[in-house]
Amino acid sequence: MASTDIIIHDKKDNVGVVVIEKVAPNQTCNCWIMEGDGSTTVEAKNEVPLGHKVALVDLNEGDTIIKYGHDIGKVVKAIKKGEHVHVHNVKTKKW
Amino acid sequence: MEIPKSFLGYKRENGRVGTRNHVVILPVDDISNACAEAVANNIKGTFAIPHAYGRLQFGADLELFFDTMIGTGKNPNVAACVVIGIEPKWTKKIVDAIAKTGKPVEGFSIEGAGDIKTIMKASVKAQEFSQWASEKQREECPLSDLWISVKCGESDTTSGMAANPAVGNLMDKLEPLGVHLCFGETSELTGAEKVCATRGATPEASKKFMKTWSDYNDFILKEATNDLSESQPTAGNIAGGLTTIEEKAFGNFQKIGSTKFIDVLTPAEEPKKGPGLYFMDTSSAAGECLTLQAAAGFNIHLFPTGQGNIIGNAIEPVVKLTGNPSTAINMKEHIDLDVSKILKREMNMDQAGDELIKTTIRAASGRLTCAEVLGHKEFIMTKLFRSA
Repeated sequence: MASTDIIIHDKKDNVGVVVIEKVAPNQTCNCWIMEGDGSTTVEAKNEVPLGHKVALVDLNEGDTIIKYGHDIGKVVKAIKKGEHVHVHNVKTKKW
Repeated sequence: MEIPKSFLGYKRENGRVGTRNHVVILPVDDISNACAEAVANNIKGTFAIPHAYGRLQFGADLELFFDTMIGTGKNPNVAACVVIGIEPKWTKKIVDAIAKTGKPVEGFSIEGAGDIKTIMKASVKAQEFSQWASEKQREECPLSDLWISVKCGESDTTSGMAANPAVGNLMDKLEPLGVHLCFGETSELTGAEKVCATRGATPEASKKFMKTWSDYNDFILKEATNDLSESQPTAGNIAGGLTTIEEKAFGNFQKIGSTKFIDVLTPAEEPKKGPGLYFMDTSSAAGECLTLQAAAGFNIHLFPTGQGNIIGNAIEPVVKLTGNPSTAINMKEHIDLDVSKILKREMNMDQAGDELIKTTIRAASGRLTCAEVLGHKEFIMTKLFRSA
């Protein structure tokens, strides 16, 4: 079993979470999809630290971020596949 | 793993079981803290629970104050209790309610006597209680005597991946054994509230949850001066990778596994529908939430953390676990169980749940938790509004 760099909760998710100290730009990351025990890879575009999210697809302003298979907020600045997803490009829809 | 059938606890007069054998000196109000602390200093085997309130409260805020004080005294982790207040009336009200459990309790009021004479009289009683309690022995008790409360703090994305679902796995395994369980944090379910509501065991429970959440959310929106993004998620949450309240909520929600809640409790309300999972309307601030859960009678607490919350409680032992490998190393002295191997896939959720059950039973049977050894005795009253 290849070591896991990113964990994805649900097949529907468009972000995954870094579970090693950090991923480096251009690193091909092994992803484990918890739901259904699947796997995939994604090439990181930025350095992203442990616990932070990486986009699994290109995302446009106004798109919805899906994690745990659920809506966790909206994209406020376009995000490319492999880029860091956080408060600089995503906002809550609640307040 | 075959789940152990029992733990070692202290059987109380009213049939409840304690995981601890505390003799508590309980001040009724802020100005009685000094007297209570002096008694606790005189008499070994006792401790005081100082707090900031108890004067000129009224209405629902006063009722919650009494529920919290009385519930704390009634908790089976408390063997005996000395209550000290400035005035006799409120002191007596608390003493009489605690006495219904059958445990030793006595009240003293300071007005007309002064601190020194009160300290002397209360110390004599505290000595009697301390020596009486010291002879109590732990006995084998079924797991159904465990009342387990849960709350997470300083969460990050590892909380939702590892530590919180490990608690959920424990709930799924212990709920069928007749354990009482409780989760809270009304505001931190924001974003997941509709999904959470579907987890009510009855339509009434779901409806009650949605009303409780809506009321709290209306209050937050009314009082908010900004968009709350500075408070929820917290700076610690954001450093740990949590971006929005919705993401935090879905992570938080992993703590109940697939268990359904049978009722919704008001703050500090004792569960009355028998074993099973309860939701309690609480703040998401750890000190307040734990104090309310302990006042409702819960006798052991599970606290998953990501970035490393250090909370304890005055009367409820707090078992802390983390899925964050850095926290497990850098804040080792605070962590009772490290489940960070989940992230490396060297431990699965079933194994993590089993490890947590073992850790919980050891703590319930008397092993001191990290928070206890480090002296954490937080007791934080929830205040609903300004005093008169």
